[in-house]
Amino acid sequence: MEKNTYDAIVIGSGISGGMAAKELTEKGLKTIMLERGRNVEHIKDYVNANKAPWELPHRGGKTQQMIEDHPVLKRDYTLNESNLNFWVNEKESPYTEVKPFDWFRGYQVGGRSLMWGRQSYRWSDYDFEANAKDGIAVDWPIRYADLAPWYSHAEKFAGISGNRDGLPQLPDGDFMPPMEMNIVEKDVAARIRKNYKDRHMVIGRTANITRPHNNGRVNCQYRNKCWLGCPFGAYFSTQSATLPAAMATGNLTLRPFSIVTKILYDKDTKRAKGVEVLDAETNQTYEYYAKVIFLNASALNSAWVLMNSATDIWDGGLGSSSGELGHNVMDHHFRAGAHGEMPGYEDKYVYGRRANGIYIPRYRNLFGDKRDYIRGFGYQGSAGREGWSREIPEMSIGGEFKDALSEPGNWTMGITGFGETLPYHDNKITLDKTKKDKWGLPVLSMDAAIRDNEQKMRVDMMADAQEMLEKAGLKNVKTYNNGYAMGGGIHEMGTARMGRDPKTSVLNKYNQVWDAPNVYVTDGAAMTSAACQNPSLTYLAMTARAVDHAFGELKKMNL
Amino acid sequence: MMNRRDALARVALLMGGAVIGADYFLTGCSPASTDKDKAQTKDTAAKGPLKDVLNPEQTAYLTEVSDTILPATKTPGAKAANVGAFMNVMVRDCYTPADQEIFTKGMTQLEEASQKMNGKGFLASTPAQRTALLTALDAEQKNYAKTKTPEQPNHYFRMIKELTLLGFFTSEVGATQVLRYLPVPGKYDGNVPYKKGDRAWATT
Repeated sequence: MEKNTYDAIVIGSGISGGMAAKELTEKGLKTIMLERGRNVEHIKDYVNANKAPWELPHRGGKTQQMIEDHPVLKRDYTLNESNLNFWVNEKESPYTEVKPFDWFRGYQVGGRSLMWGRQSYRWSDYDFEANAKDGIAVDWPIRYADLAPWYSHAEKFAGISGNRDGLPQLPDGDFMPPMEMNIVEKDVAARIRKNYKDRHMVIGRTANITRPHNNGRVNCQYRNKCWLGCPFGAYFSTQSATLPAAMATGNLTLRPFSIVTKILYDKDTKRAKGVEVLDAETNQTYEYYAKVIFLNASALNSAWVLMNSATDIWDGGLGSSSGELGHNVMDHHFRAGAHGEMPGYEDKYVYGRRANGIYIPRYRNLFGDKRDYIRGFGYQGSAGREGWSREIPEMSIGGEFKDALSEPGNWTMGITGFGETLPYHDNKITLDKTKKDKWGLPVLSMDAAIRDNEQKMRVDMMADAQEMLEKAGLKNVKTYNNGYAMGGGIHEMGTARMGRDPKTSVLNKYNQVWDAPNVYVTDGAAMTSAACQNPSLTYLAMTARAVDHAFGELKKMNL
Repeated sequence: MMNRRDALARVALLMGGAVIGADYFLTGCSPASTDKDKAQTKDTAAKGPLKDVLNPEQTAYLTEVSDTILPATKTPGAKAANVGAFMNVMVRDCYTPADQEIFTKGMTQLEEASQKMNGKGFLASTPAQRTALLTALDAEQKNYAKTKTPEQPNHYFRMIKELTLLGFFTSEVGATQVLRYLPVPGKYDGNVPYKKGDRAWATT
């Protein structure tokens, strides 16, 4: 028992878990970070990071065997030959879809911080005040001012490159020098600025460092191979950033293959006393004890852990007394936008592969705009010259054809909307006790879908994209709506939301479970609304803030 | 290398359409596959390592075909990249059983078309005859593609042409000698001069 006791336990080692471990250990707390999957060592385990295209037998594509083995992952670009080892084994860890739900998981040390899209945006009070103003769901218990210093803290540590654009809906941060737009993007941005008062196209803000950073991280080399793991440590991940910082304190123990099956709840003290762990390799169970627990298993799995905990007190599990645990599932709906060709610029090209694009922050239902839906969307996209895979209609086969394909083609540009989904109580996940995973544990059942508000928004996501691109001088602009199922944005949120009232929320304003204040949930589960910005930076900020709070409470003997 | 932004915003297609088999350049459309295909795939999966669909003779034949599609000019052609061997791997691992059948039958059809047009087999044909034949077959597949629905069978020559392009331009020869391959750019410049004849970058 003695050796299984720590000051703090962190469940999960992804973006938010890694941050929790770093912050806790830097405050001197002996911490164990529990990760359900295998270890992935920085650089050493990035097995395809330095391979040339021809070194991959299927050139990065997917085989029929991979499709067979990955019935969910195959639904998107996510299934590919080059980083297959970073995605969950779906046969071992199935789930139930009452409605279609794309759940793209990474079960390993680092979680999805290894493959994430790295776009990093602050939220603003337009987001934190939205529920209250619209009178839906519950009000966020925090405002921008509560998070602002923690955004700075997270940005400075993670290394976020970006431009200070001075936009109220997208607050500026403590950025590294921005990446650069290419010549076509710059001209499109200028034309959008000329045509629209409240629409701006800016360079993406990304967790790729543009100058050397702490722990010997090397600035981005513009290879655009981030999701294979970066041997330069140029993008923020658990492996490149938070784990080495936590390890350097001497206070961290990392335990892979540790599936947390429940949080152990002491009904006398009304506190959690530890966790039960199932060793994924040996099937042995262990208990670990600590004064404070950070739950960072990813939005849906954090809810799963809570649902399986303290069921002798609450049928629905720890945090279920509000009736909101597992409800209000959110994501960002996307795959709708437009693309077209930019005439001219034949004498211009780019050097390097920028792992970043442009961003058009939300403008709908802001600054006096009013639509037939609430909230809004942002666009991500890029411009570039076509490569050898383009069609040359007037050519067929032969030497001339080959030589033509060996030169770049036209400039094209496309943008895709990322839209806010509302927190609907009926969008929920539950435990499916009729289906078990490899370890005999009940799986999650997904019952969530976007609705009228999001569908109306998607019409604008296409039409606005077309209009802006046409006004910016692009030709042959075509819209697309490639369909969307919940989860596909890989921004799952909301299953243990924060709030002001224990009757209508699972967490309080410091991310503490109302029913067990020494349990903090600081991943996507905590989100009260979804905004339309990529959420990970907010998880980082929220996590650092919660650790600071927990440390204060521990000192005051309140936990 | 893909991410959501690249995969969705700048629609990357091969030859103006979705890639046959296990789609490489995501278009948002799932490849059409029947339940029968799925059952057969499962069956082969259970049997362990996949058996080659093409024999060495067929592979060599396809290398010749690919070299007419992308011949040596001032830079090397498909033969230098041994594209037939790549096709063998792709047809074996990435095609559905239905597409595998179309592909293998297609080689016979190509040979028949050669006999009909040039009075001899493909390998016995002159370079000019080979080019004339494949130009005609490419016109045929392009015409077919105009009205083809996802449920209708793929055209064998489209498969051959696609795999030729994919295999060649991602090969070491294609990427480094015909295109420009740069593993570690080290910086980004979004406005560099380009003059006609400069080669395209091999990777994006």
